[in-house]
Amino acid sequence: MATPLERIPAVPPRTARTGAGPAPPRRVPLPLLLTALCAALLLSLVCGAGMGASGLAWGAVLRYLWAGLTGGSIAPDEFPAYTIVWELRFPRAVLAAVVGAGLSAIGVAVQAMVRNALADPFVLGISSGAAVGANAVLLFGAFGTLGVWALSSAAFLSALLSMMLVYAIARTARGLTPLRLVLTGTAMYYGFSAVTTFMVFAAERGEAARSAMMWMLGSLGGANWGSVPIAATAVLGGLAHLGWSARRLNALAMGDETAAALGVDAGRLRKELFLVAAAVTGAVVAVSGAIGFVGLMVPHAVRMLVGADHRRLLAVAPLMGAVLLIWVDILSRVVLAPAELPVGVLTAVIGVPCFVLLMRRRSYTFGGA
Amino acid sequence: MRIDIDALTVEIAGARLLEDVTLRAGGGQLVGLVGPNGSGKSTLLRCVYRALRPSGGTVRIDGDDLYAMSARESARRLAALPQEAVTEFDFTVAEVVEMGRLPHQRAVARTTDEDRRTCAAALAGVGADHLADRGFLTLSGGEKQRVLIARALAQQPRVLVLDEPTNHLDIAQQLEVLALVRESGLTVLTALHDLNLAALHCDLLHVIDRGRIVASGAPHDVLTPALLAEVFGVRAHRVHHPETGAVQLLFDRLLPARIPARPGS
Repeated sequence: MATPLERIPAVPPRTARTGAGPAPPRRVPLPLLLTALCAALLLSLVCGAGMGASGLAWGAVLRYLWAGLTGGSIAPDEFPAYTIVWELRFPRAVLAAVVGAGLSAIGVAVQAMVRNALADPFVLGISSGAAVGANAVLLFGAFGTLGVWALSSAAFLSALLSMMLVYAIARTARGLTPLRLVLTGTAMYYGFSAVTTFMVFAAERGEAARSAMMWMLGSLGGANWGSVPIAATAVLGGLAHLGWSARRLNALAMGDETAAALGVDAGRLRKELFLVAAAVTGAVVAVSGAIGFVGLMVPHAVRMLVGADHRRLLAVAPLMGAVLLIWVDILSRVVLAPAELPVGVLTAVIGVPCFVLLMRRRSYTFGGA
Repeated sequence: MRIDIDALTVEIAGARLLEDVTLRAGGGQLVGLVGPNGSGKSTLLRCVYRALRPSGGTVRIDGDDLYAMSARESARRLAALPQEAVTEFDFTVAEVVEMGRLPHQRAVARTTDEDRRTCAAALAGVGADHLADRGFLTLSGGEKQRVLIARALAQQPRVLVLDEPTNHLDIAQQLEVLALVRESGLTVLTALHDLNLAALHCDLLHVIDRGRIVASGAPHDVLTPALLAEVFGVRAHRVHHPETGAVQLLFDRLLPARIPARPGS
């Protein structure tokens, strides 16, 4: 019987042959980045409260914020200014942070879930799907029995439904190809936008046209303290789940087979991600409409800074998304003041050139070769 | 260190992909699985690393039923290199290897020093420690395979399952991969495409054809001209390796039954 190998003369291993190769990717140290982003977030929240159509002194803005946070008192003649800062601008900045964080984190999750760097809730038509549900509530009073939860529940359900629809249509026996997915998402986006438009048409109310604009382009104009809790709860819950799943997301990003070999049930994880993505997208869309590009761009920008590991990605992306959207919202208020631009217009204005730049950068292999 | 596959059957959409497959591997042996394309090699291995649930039969590791274990538990005992190695995400080599620790780690716990030591040792074990900071997508095919073997070793398994690990590699890289796998001392079950490579490196071969095991044994006993004609439809001569005496095959031509009919003839 032939026993293999032992009797073959040893060949010198080729392992020593490799030279330096391309330099390792340069990355920003994580603690430094997180500290900087937290500081930027605080600063941005204050700026969000201080900047706007009516100019207010920074000292006064800080005083109003302090009064609002601690329940302190202010002079009666300052009340109008206080209301602008504490009841309008600050909740709006907070909501922008929540929405930005949520969109960015869900972008990361959806990209890992479909193993495709082109995916995000907006590109895949999920945001516009959620907008259909939210619109139905606002225009026709659907889900009326759910009260304050009606809007979020409707947005969640229609987000989940549209996600399943896109997934079911794009899926083939060989899995999800980027092209099919993006094409399906685009088609669905138009479909859902058409439904929204039709609902506005059928509603025959003056308010409806403006509302439809908001759903399709995204706006934080309706923000008040009442809209913060549900969105913040959904986003924080989603972040907690994703942070807890970060290692499994790494395995999933390597492929279903590899995930299985590493003890990760890809099917189950994908179902969890489905629910989380639908819940967060629904909650976010219910308060801000379908804001594009944030969920697509922020994950890519963050990957360039800290690499593909989801533990780092999910720590940095929400912070960066929060800061980004606060500033986009500030811009939307001041560029054409006193008129307001829809946030989605600005995210597109910023997002499109960034996207083109990313595509053309050779060192960033975001979509494989 | 043992893996026992008993009466494994896989049926998908009415098609029998595997039928009553029984196979054993153990004792640190390198066990090869050979067969034509579409014969069921990958299907069988996918059942073993739990990417596919068989319709019937059992897989046991050291006597314990694989499907009665949690996915994490079985991943601590058995590591695999599936055939797909495509990812769009540019993980570093160190990150890829650390994924091997996943079945040992709790979801939110930090990476421990022991994890780091295990990963470093696994990477050094395949001679790829100098690649640790490189992007996985920038590696050559051979380097990728070494890193994936390191990931499997970082799992600290008792059994290693490989699905055609030498695909798309040049000859030196192929030999390197098999040498690394052999050095691991683990019980290895591997699908191989190249029959001569299998004959030279495997202690035991199982030949699979249309979902059934049709021959098992030492390469010398299994790779007979009759079997090659029957299973692969080729005429082959057996020769012996001048140094090791291992059986090697020289392929002659397609047997008439396998030659596609020309249009019009």
